[in-house]
Amino acid sequence: MTLNEKQKQNEELNREFLRRSGVNVSKCYQCGKCSAGCPVGDHMDIPTNKVMRLAQMGLIEDAMKSHAIWLCASCTTCTTRCPKGVDVAKVMETLRIMAKEHGYVAEKNVDKFHSVWMGIIGTMGRMYEPGLIVGRNFSTGKLFQDTSFGIPYIAKQKLKLVPYKSGNMNEIKSLIAKAEAMDREERGNK
Amino acid sequence: MDYAYYPGCSLESTGIEFHMSTKAVAKALGINLVEIPDWNCCGASSAHARGHWLSLALPARNMAIAEAAGLDVAIPCAACYSRSKQVEVEVNKSEETKAKIEEIIGRPYTGKSKARNLTDIFYRDLGPAAIAEKAKKSLKGLKVLTYYGCLMSRPPELACDDIEDPISLDEIMTALGAEVIPWGFKTECCGGSLTACRPQVGMDMTKRIMDAAKKSGADCIVTACPMCHSNLDMRQVQLSKAYGAYNVPVYFVTELIGIALGMSPKDLGINRHFIPAEATLTKIGKTSEGGEA
Repeated sequence: MTLNEKQKQNEELNREFLRRSGVNVSKCYQCGKCSAGCPVGDHMDIPTNKVMRLAQMGLIEDAMKSHAIWLCASCTTCTTRCPKGVDVAKVMETLRIMAKEHGYVAEKNVDKFHSVWMGIIGTMGRMYEPGLIVGRNFSTGKLFQDTSFGIPYIAKQKLKLVPYKSGNMNEIKSLIAKAEAMDREERGNK
Repeated sequence: MDYAYYPGCSLESTGIEFHMSTKAVAKALGINLVEIPDWNCCGASSAHARGHWLSLALPARNMAIAEAAGLDVAIPCAACYSRSKQVEVEVNKSEETKAKIEEIIGRPYTGKSKARNLTDIFYRDLGPAAIAEKAKKSLKGLKVLTYYGCLMSRPPELACDDIEDPISLDEIMTALGAEVIPWGFKTECCGGSLTACRPQVGMDMTKRIMDAAKKSGADCIVTACPMCHSNLDMRQVQLSKAYGAYNVPVYFVTELIGIALGMSPKDLGINRHFIPAEATLTKIGKTSEGGEA
C-alpha cells in the first residue's frame, strides 16, 4: 500500500484524533527532544518523536497499535521541553484513549489496571488498595504480584482494610455516567 | 489561614504518614485544614487514560464542594494536586468547559476556588523563614536530596514551582538547617504508575534514581508526593533482592518539618516506612566527624 492510500484509509481516524487532542501536530519539526528526555524511552517500541511523526502523517492506526502510548508514564517532560510548544503528552493520552475505544490495546496489563481502578471508583467513590491489587492480579493472571508487601503493609498500619464507601454514590455514579456520555459524544461528533 | 483539605486516597493508606505529618505540622504552623466532606478520588492515574471529561469531572466535584465553602484547597499529594489544578485551569479558560463541567457534576463550580499544593502553601504563603522561626531544633547534620517528581513542576501550565529546577523543598530544608545535596534527579519520573502494571519498566526507572541517590553521599531523600514515596521507599526492598543493598530513607517534607518543630517520629508516622528511617534522624545535631554540631 502506498503512503497516500494508507493516509486515505486513516482519514476518518485522523479527523477524530485532531478534534479530540486539539493539538496542532504539524508544528512538530522532529528535533527529537521529546524522545531525548523521555524516562521510559528505552522500553518503548518506537520513540516518542516517531509517535509524533505518525500523528503528523495522519497514520493514526499505526500510532494506536504502538506499545509506546501505553508505556508513557504521563510525566509530561516532553510537553514541558518541546521547543515548539506542542503538547506531546496530550497526543499520547488521546491515542491511548482512542486505542482503547477502537480495539487496539498493545499493553493489556496497563489497560486492565486502569479498568480495575475505575471499577473501584465507580463502586466506592474512593480507592481501596487491597481491592486494586487483588483485582489487578486476577485480571492479569499474575496472582502473587506484590502480595509479599501485604503483611508488612498491614503490620505498619499503612493499609486501609475496611473500605470507605461514599455516602453519595448516586451522585458519583451519575457524574461518571454523564462524563462518559460526553466523552462518547465527542468521539462521534464530527 | 483556612484551607479546604483534600487528602486523596493514598493518604488514607499507603501514604498515611503524609496525612499524619501534614495534619500535625499544619496545626503547629497555624494553618487550619478543613477536610472536604465525603471527597471522592480525583481519578489519578487512570481516569485520564479513559476520557477527557471523566478526568475533569472527578476532581471538579471536590473543588465545587470547597468553592461552596469559600475556600481554596490544600492538596498534599502531587498527583491529586495536578488533576485538581487541571480542572481549575480548564474552567477558567473556557465558559463552555465550565458549563459542561457544571452540567456533569450537578453543582456550580466557577473556578474561583484554587487548587493549591501543600508544599507551595508552606513555601509561598508561610515562607521558609517563618517556618524556621517556629522550629525547636535545627536539622543541621542531615544531608538531604530533594525529590519533586513529575507533578509539582510539570506540565508548565499546572506547575507550582520551576519546571526544570524547582526550589521550594530546597529552601524549606535549608532554612531548617539541613544540608541540601545537589543532584540531577529532582524532577526525574520514578515510574510510580508503571511499577503496578509493568513492574520491570517501573523498577528500572526507580533504580536509576536510587543509584544516583546512593552515589550522592546524602543521608536521605525528601519528597512531597505519596506516589513517589511509596514507590521509592517500598521498591527499594525489591531492588535490594535483585541488585544488592538499597537502604536510603525517604521522608515526606512534612515529616522533617515536624521533626524540626520538635514532634516525635512516631507521631509523624516515621516508624511506618519500609526503609527504616528513625536511626538516620540521630545524625541531626552531629557533625560528620561524630562531634556535636
